[in-house]
Amino acid sequence: MTTFIVILLSAVFVNNYVLTRFLGICPFLGVSKKLDSAVGMSLAVIFVMLMATAATWPIQTFLLTPNNLDYLQTIVFILVIAALVQLVEIVLKRYVPSLHQSLGVYLPLITTNCAVLGVTILNITENYTFAESMVNSLGSGLGFMLAMVMFSGVRSKLEGADIPESFKGLPVTLVAASITSLSFLGFGGVVENMFPV
Amino acid sequence: MNKLQNFSKGLIKENPVLVLVLGTCPTLATSTSIINALGMGAAATVVLLCSNIVISALRKIIPDKVRIPCYIVLIAGFVTMVQMLVKAFAPALDESLGIYLPLIVVNCIILGRAEMFANKNTVPDAAIDALGMGAGFTLALLAMATIREVFGNGTFLGMEIPVLAQNKISILTMAPGGFFVFGILIALVNKFGKYKPKKKDFGCEDCPQADGCAMAGKGGCADAERAEVTAQ
Repeated sequence: MTTFIVILLSAVFVNNYVLTRFLGICPFLGVSKKLDSAVGMSLAVIFVMLMATAATWPIQTFLLTPNNLDYLQTIVFILVIAALVQLVEIVLKRYVPSLHQSLGVYLPLITTNCAVLGVTILNITENYTFAESMVNSLGSGLGFMLAMVMFSGVRSKLEGADIPESFKGLPVTLVAASITSLSFLGFGGVVENMFPV
Repeated sequence: MNKLQNFSKGLIKENPVLVLVLGTCPTLATSTSIINALGMGAAATVVLLCSNIVISALRKIIPDKVRIPCYIVLIAGFVTMVQMLVKAFAPALDESLGIYLPLIVVNCIILGRAEMFANKNTVPDAAIDALGMGAGFTLALLAMATIREVFGNGTFLGMEIPVLAQNKISILTMAPGGFFVFGILIALVNKFGKYKPKKKDFGCEDCPQADGCAMAGKGGCADAERAEVTAQ
């Protein structure tokens, strides 16, 4: 049980995907302007991450590794993720239209989001078991959500600020992201100290 | 547009990282040291060159409706090749780039150039475009990595610099420093760049990678293509 908690907490705080690993910067900068779209995007990412892990981990363990096809990992994973996102969209549209309305616009954007491919590959390189992989994916997704929600708050403050001309738009957003990520440095070592091995 | 312009536009005017703001993830993650930046730049350039040539050669054969999946498969194939080459000949680089090497597949620049340039131009033009864009990507990475390594670590290509090595600003090599240096560089380009980039917020709508959403009827790529036309 402790392993799961350690994996979950490190994925959310210490190795935050956006702020310390630089994965998924595109949606982080693009969709974090409003709180509700930030939450919608993050929910879609968590959902796809879990689905993608559930699909790619068995493929890697039972199909690629026994047949010495490890080198096909990148191609297979990206195709599985792309197909999965399409499938999820079709299923949601048909059976859960209300959820499709709220997550629908974000789903196609996620196909080529590096956070999703990143989490599936990292689960394999870290040699996680299936359960650990799922927990890690959930944590990564929650960490993404935390970063998005926090940052949308920071950005709403930026709206009214008086910013030098050349810093308007992206540069000031990046500087703000830098300070937000600074706060996450404070989590370094916290999890190890909470659960000494 | 002549061949030279075609090459040089990727360096400054349409620098993929600093002006078009594509491929932010690898830029931030691998610019901690100059060696990493060069390795990442070279790997991405090779993939970009191969994918641009093949996509341009196949542009009349690939059906329009399934072009994005086709591109992704082609790019993933080239990435796998580069990954194997790096593993075989530069294991140290493979170690330090880690996950970001396979993640070249989802680098916006590569799919972006395929979509915006390679699928409507001849093979030689596409190759030159790929070289220019690759050089621009490497240049931007190098600029960031130089700042981060010299001031953050007090070294240049691993050699110690006398005064700076004793006065390191270590935070620059960490995650916050990456965001910060990138923000400052873009602000500098905005300030002194001859070609003003769009005064628009960066969004996934601008990212050519978001073509999935264009297909979903959001018209994400329209903006990027318009920028391409005006630039020409």
